[in-house]
Amino acid sequence: MITLPVLIPLLGATVYATVGWRRGTAWVSAICSAGLLGVAIAIAVDIARSGPREFGGLVRVDALSAFMLIVVGAVAMLATLAAPGHLETEIRLGRASARTAARHSLLVQLFLATMACAVLAANLGLLWVAIEATTIVTAFLVGQRRTRAAIEAAWKYVVICSTGIALALLGTLLLNYASSRAPSRAGLDLAALAGAHGLDPGVTRIAIALLLLGFGAKAGLAPLHAWLPDAHSQAPAPVSALMSGVLLSVAFYAILRIKVVADAVLGAGFARWLLAVMAIASLAVAASLLLAQQDYKRMLAYSSIEHLGLVALGAAIGGPIAIAAILLHILGHGLAKGVLFVGAGRMLQLTGTSRIDGVRGLLARAPVLASCVGLGVLALIGLPPFSVFASELGIVRAGFASPLGWVTALALTLVLVAAAALTGHTSGMLLGPAPDGPSAAVARPRLLPVPTAFALAGGLTVAAVLGVAAPGLSTLLRLAAEVLTR
Amino acid sequence: MSDDVYVQLVDLAGGALLLTAVLILWRRELAVIIRVFAVQGVALGALVAVLAAREQTAELWVSAAGIVLLRAGALPALLRRAMRHAARRETRPMVNVAASLLAAAALTLLAYAVSRPLVALAPSPATQAIPVGVTVVLIGFFVLVTRRRALSQIVGFLLLDNGITAVGFLTTASVGLVVELGMSLDVLLAVLVLGILTARMRETFGGTDLDELRELRDS
Repeated sequence: MITLPVLIPLLGATVYATVGWRRGTAWVSAICSAGLLGVAIAIAVDIARSGPREFGGLVRVDALSAFMLIVVGAVAMLATLAAPGHLETEIRLGRASARTAARHSLLVQLFLATMACAVLAANLGLLWVAIEATTIVTAFLVGQRRTRAAIEAAWKYVVICSTGIALALLGTLLLNYASSRAPSRAGLDLAALAGAHGLDPGVTRIAIALLLLGFGAKAGLAPLHAWLPDAHSQAPAPVSALMSGVLLSVAFYAILRIKVVADAVLGAGFARWLLAVMAIASLAVAASLLLAQQDYKRMLAYSSIEHLGLVALGAAIGGPIAIAAILLHILGHGLAKGVLFVGAGRMLQLTGTSRIDGVRGLLARAPVLASCVGLGVLALIGLPPFSVFASELGIVRAGFASPLGWVTALALTLVLVAAAALTGHTSGMLLGPAPDGPSAAVARPRLLPVPTAFALAGGLTVAAVLGVAAPGLSTLLRLAAEVLTR
Repeated sequence: MSDDVYVQLVDLAGGALLLTAVLILWRRELAVIIRVFAVQGVALGALVAVLAAREQTAELWVSAAGIVLLRAGALPALLRRAMRHAARRETRPMVNVAASLLAAAALTLLAYAVSRPLVALAPSPATQAIPVGVTVVLIGFFVLVTRRRALSQIVGFLLLDNGITAVGFLTTASVGLVVELGMSLDVLLAVLVLGILTARMRETFGGTDLDELRELRDS
């Protein structure tokens, strides 16, 4: 069963490659995501009952992988449910053709397959291959619209991410070198490395620094974050949702796995301070650029940098409470950001502009969309009952109980600045009277497509339910945190 | 193979790697740069072949053949195809030749300083050449950030990758054939994607000067 999360999206990709974009195939993508989510939940239940499973030496699922599969499945469900509505509007507006739509769906399925492969990989080398493969698969999704800006974003995305991930490759090779000279003979097997001993500290230190920087680039952490706002703002809305909720999370999953190795070999200090510096730098960049932001898709992108920074801080703090909190945060952020990017894509189609001051009084014109976006922002800045509230509280509490108290206080200030900026910008777009005149509507707004509305409402509901009560999930989170804090 | 010959061959191949990297930094004509890059691919293949002859393993011989095919055959061919319509010269690099060569010298020193723990872990003729690989990585990074033509940037990325591959083989610790194959495939595809993006760039704004990339920023 544990290879199904890779096989299902591959099957979906085959359908799009052979049949193309028809009335009948528009929903294949969503069906595959539903299958992926279902299998992920089944695997999680199985793991919670009977422990980790292995398959052929290259694939392994433990509680952490199972949880990440659920994140991938849940955000994919949300994004692929909204994708047909988005693509059909693009086709109607003449900005895409049936061929573009088919290629879009094909690449999205391949993207999901590589992400599933990354979290299932038992070996750091395979994990690296899967994460680098996503750069290649998503490059054309970012550049889908073929405008100047889209091509520029795709170019920056491939160059910065490939370079960052090349650093991670160097780190992987050096870690393999250290591990091959150590008595424990762990190779690059992640579980064996976590319990390894006798690795040369000098070589391991260089390897870990390169790995954190490299995978940090892909997770959108400073200093190699520059691709993120461009790629997220130029990609089609469902793809932005997937990148923010899935790609960044899975890249951060790699960092979590590496930190276990670092802690085992070098003690807790090294990776902790490196991650703390990256976290504060990301939070500072995000907060300062959110304040004067003029483009709402870029605003959401910088908010992703902010949230990943917070997650990195949680990882630096360490310990079961902080780890469980950041895992919940990854899921909550993925859902809220997915809702917001899908909403922003719809806003762009309605108004024809991605400038914040170009959108006014949305609540009066498109009440359902506007209330979903409004609730999404509230979920994102961490208002109860949404799960981001619970996870931020967990991170901050663990932070004040750790040696990183001052860093946590600084981070909290930056998070508040970012939240204020987000709320200010969004309320300006949603509230107030609707502008009149013909320029107000470009896309001749039809009603919000029902599946899209369903995806938005569903994402928000799940995010809220997770924040209030999720008995099964807390067991899984505890088991996953145990994997990382042995 | 006697120890003396082995050491000399490793040093020769390492020297060729370093020399080609510096040549790429020095020359401006893209056609020449691509040719030098192909020579570097051969040097890298030769280095792995020497290691294969020493260790007597079939896996290393396969890797050596694969490296020559990929890095001296496929990748230069892709670059040449992308160059057909592009400008022939790196017209306005951000750093001039003299400063670039000085930077290369500084980067070499840096590489030797950084790699000390890597050599100290298991001193042998192969691991003593690791600093050369690290130097090529740093020079590749330097090319990547100081060149303005799209194609020159791709060459910088590939230089970086050649350096990493060299380090990987010089540590003489195998990562397994599946992973190695995946890594090579990823590089090939990344260059293919970058080549296609270069073509699209030329279609939409008539050049591959990356200074034209000024649409996206936070005003």
